This record gives sequence, C-alpha cells and structure tokens, in this order.
Amino acid sequence: MAVEMTAPAIELINVSRRFLTPTGKSLTAIRDFTMTVERGEFVAVVGPTGCGKSTTLNLVTGLASPSAGEVRVMGAPVKGIDPRIGFVFQTDALFPWRTVIENVMAGPLFRGRAKQEAIAAARDWLARVGLARFEQHYPHQLSGGMRKRVALAQTFINGPEILLMDEPFSALDVQTRVLMHEELLRLWSEAKASVVFVTHDLEEAIALADKVYVLTAGPATVKSVYKIDLPRPRVVADIRYEQSFIDYSRTIWADLKEEVETSYARAAA
Amino acid sequence: MTDAAIDIRAGSFKPGTSDAEIEAAAAKAAQHRRRTVTFWRLAILIVFLVAWEVAGRMAWIDPFFYATPSAIAQRLYEWTTEGTSEGPLWYHLYVTMEESVLGFVTGSVAGIVIGVALGRNRMAADIFSIYIKVINSIPRVVLAPIFIMILGLGLASKVALAFVMVFFVVFHNAFQGVREADRSMIANARILGASDWQLTRSVIVPSAMSWIFASLHVSFGFAIIGAIVGEFVGSRYGIGLLINIAKGSFDAAGMYAAIVIIMVVALGAEYLMTMVENRLAKWRPQPLHETQ
Repeated sequence: MAVEMTAPAIELINVSRRFLTPTGKSLTAIRDFTMTVERGEFVAVVGPTGCGKSTTLNLVTGLASPSAGEVRVMGAPVKGIDPRIGFVFQTDALFPWRTVIENVMAGPLFRGRAKQEAIAAARDWLARVGLARFEQHYPHQLSGGMRKRVALAQTFINGPEILLMDEPFSALDVQTRVLMHEELLRLWSEAKASVVFVTHDLEEAIALADKVYVLTAGPATVKSVYKIDLPRPRVVADIRYEQSFIDYSRTIWADLKEEVETSYARAAA
Repeated sequence: MTDAAIDIRAGSFKPGTSDAEIEAAAAKAAQHRRRTVTFWRLAILIVFLVAWEVAGRMAWIDPFFYATPSAIAQRLYEWTTEGTSEGPLWYHLYVTMEESVLGFVTGSVAGIVIGVALGRNRMAADIFSIYIKVINSIPRVVLAPIFIMILGLGLASKVALAFVMVFFVVFHNAFQGVREADRSMIANARILGASDWQLTRSVIVPSAMSWIFASLHVSFGFAIIGAIVGEFVGSRYGIGLLINIAKGSFDAAGMYAAIVIIMVVALGAEYLMTMVENRLAKWRPQPLHETQ
C-alpha cells in the first residue's frame, strides 16, 4: 500500500512502439522512451510534427500497447482502459447529435450513474466552464472555444486523476487559446490531476507546465527535459513577456530547433 | 509606442443598409424565388400534358399505344368510383402497400442490424463479404419466379422480393456508415467509459444514421418495385396485377393509370421519410445564407 501511495502517476520505462504500414513494413514511432510524471504534476511534451507524440498518450490510455518496455499508471502496469484517465482530443470528439448537456453527461451515464445524478453533475460542470446558458445547444451551434470547454467539462466530470491532452487547443485562434489556457490551469489546480500535455507550440508548453520534455524527430525518444520554475498561479496572457519566460523559451527552442530542422529536411527529401 | 493606435472614424451611413432593410429585401427575394420555381414547375407539367394530349388527338402519336392524359384521367376516375374489373381499386392498392411496407420494414431492419454487426466485426466482415458480393450480383427480379414457386401466389412471395430489393441497399450503407465513424469520437467514448454495447448504441449507430437514411430514401421505392414485379409474375391482387391485365387487353390508359397511382404513393412515402429524417437530424448544422 505504501508503494501505491508514493508511486508516480505515470511511468514509461524504455518503451518502444512499432506499427505495420499498409505495405507490411514495420515502422518505429517511439523508441527507448522513458518518462515519469509525478502526482499532481503538469508535464508538457514538445516535438516536431509527426514525431510520435500522440503515440505516447495512446500507450498511457491503454488504447495501444507497447511493443517493448513497460507503461505503469499509479504504480501498476496498464491493462486496458483505465477509468482514472481523462483524454482531451485535438479534433472535435464531441457527439454532434447530442446536446451540450447530453455530451457532458455521457461519461457518468456510461459508467452507470443514475440519470438525475448525471444531470446535476453536468449542470455543475457546465456552470464551471461558463456554459450554463448553452445546455440545450448542439455542438455545431457553438464556437470552437466553446466546444473545447464542453470537451473539458466532459472530461473533468469523470474526476480523472490523470489528464492526457493531445494538442487540445491547436485548432483555436490565438486569443481563444490564451483564455483556454487560463481555464485549464484553473480546473487543474482545483482537480489536482497529473497532466501530460502534448503540443508543438513551445510557448504554450512553457506557460503551462512544470516540466517540458523535448522529443527528437521520429522515431521519438526523449532528447532533454527542462524544469520550468515559474511561480504559480500563472497569468498566461502576461507571462510570455517576463524575462525568465523568454530565457526558457530561447534555451529550449535552441534544442528543439535542431529536431524540427531534421524532421523538415526528411520530409523534403 | 503607447499612442501608436490610430483613430478610425466611422464612415457615413448609407441608406438601405440597415439590418431591417437587408432582411426585408432578402425575404422578398426568397419569396420571389420560390414563386418562380413553382411557376416553372407547373408550366413544364402543363406544357408536357397538353403536348401529349394534342399529339394523341392529332394522331402524331398513336393513342392506342401511348394513350392520352384525358383517357388516363378518365380511367383513374372509373377505377376510383366504380372499381376495376378485378374488384375495388383500393383493395389492390392496399395489397401492394402491405407487401411493400412489410418488405421495406423487414429488409431495412435486417440490413441495419447485419450491416452494423459486420461493420463492427472485421473478421466476420472479411468472411461474409464474398457471399454478400455473390448474392448481390444476382439481378433481384429473376428471384421473383423462384419465390412464387416456393412461397405461392399470396403475400409471402412479394414480401420476400421486396425484402431482397431493400436489404442490400440498406446493408451496404449501414456497413459503410459504421466504417466511417470518426475514430477520435470512438476513442473518446471508450475513455469516457463506454462498454462495447454502449459504444455501438450511442456512438456508432447514430453516426451511421445519415448513411442509413440516405439508403432508406431510395429503398422504399425499391420495395414497391419488388412488390409489383412479384405481382406481375403471379398474383391474385395488387397494382402489378392491374398493369398485367391492362397489358393483356391492350389497355394503354389502364397501364399509365396504374403507373400514376404508384408515382403518387412513392412520392408520398418519400415526403414522409424526409419529414422523419428532418426531425431526427435537428442536430445537423443549417447553412447560413449570403445577403446578396
């Protein structure tokens, strides 16, 4: 039991993941990947496009299993989909035929909670993300930022201890994105979940995270890890003008740039 | 730096550009458009019917083979008021409708269930796909004599034929709809806690629904074809029988009259289907219209 309590939220130990291409060739997406996420920690993962960032998240959810190495969640190996995990997708993964409140209720209902209870919880979460007036709207009637807030409520209502986010805000415009960052940090500080936030936007990673993992061009492996010592609570809209932020940004970018260039050169070749 | 912002004055107001005026103009344009569409639709129909009538009367076409709109109307009137030579028209229509509706309902339910099941199970799909392809390659109408031989002249043989007409269309669309279901939506449902059955019921089937509905639109028409072809080949009642008898007695007006009845029924069914679909698909986005 003591081990249970102190074990990190997520551990990836020397993990590799290979895919078969349609022509039957084996393709390595990630190789010798090692990462630890402590409880309540906010980790950001940055890397060039297409390097295998999303694959790491799928391994943690149990939607995919590693070809080699071990993935542990809360000290135990991953077996199937873990109910303690929440996932926010890059694309719109809301159910378009359900109203906003029905979307938010989906998780509790799938997990067998009573309908009245689910409605009450959904109302509460919609109020927290500022969408109380939009209960009966359909997703297509909302803006991109509002849909993302519904997605956050849909995920947080299950009370996840681990939150995985796959470039969740990349489709939003810059101003909305900053608002969503604030929203996310607020929800995170209340929920005390461990977060893995995958992104290709370095400034987003620095502004949000405690630790930033830089990945190499595919097959992805960890190139370097940076600890971000910016005080919390952070005001994302202003933090980017602070000297220490700019210093982090410059250092990590120098590191990331090489990988981006390698990846670009490969794509062009 | 701080006073770098530039003052931009609002331009002067142009008359005719207020919201109310734009809306009124748009409403007027829309109404005008609707009227134009209705006018031309009616005009084309009338020109067609008049041309047909005149051509028949002037003997440019032989009314013995082509009949005339007036003769067809006359025949329809007789059938509805006095009944056909084979008994009341309404009974024949009822029989054909019963066969079509039964075939349509059973065919589409079976198509949806099997389409979704095979769409969800890759292995089963790979095994059965070859048989479905083979059976699907049989022209459906050649089955009519077989069904009549096995199931007799009554209801069952026509329902069976309507069923096979409907089944494959609905099956293919349901199968395709399941395959096209969005991957991240499925992953989302699974992480939110959906079991396999919950996933099928509340994510896969709803997202395949627009595909399924597209097939239901055409397949009621197919069900009618199945019923009528079955009646041609052998039956005691039904619109197909009326066409067959009209053919036997070289009664062109009778044949066209039966066709008109089928047209009206099929259009009515299509209209009903669209209404149901619109009600079910209220979550789908409505496009915005440009103002001019």
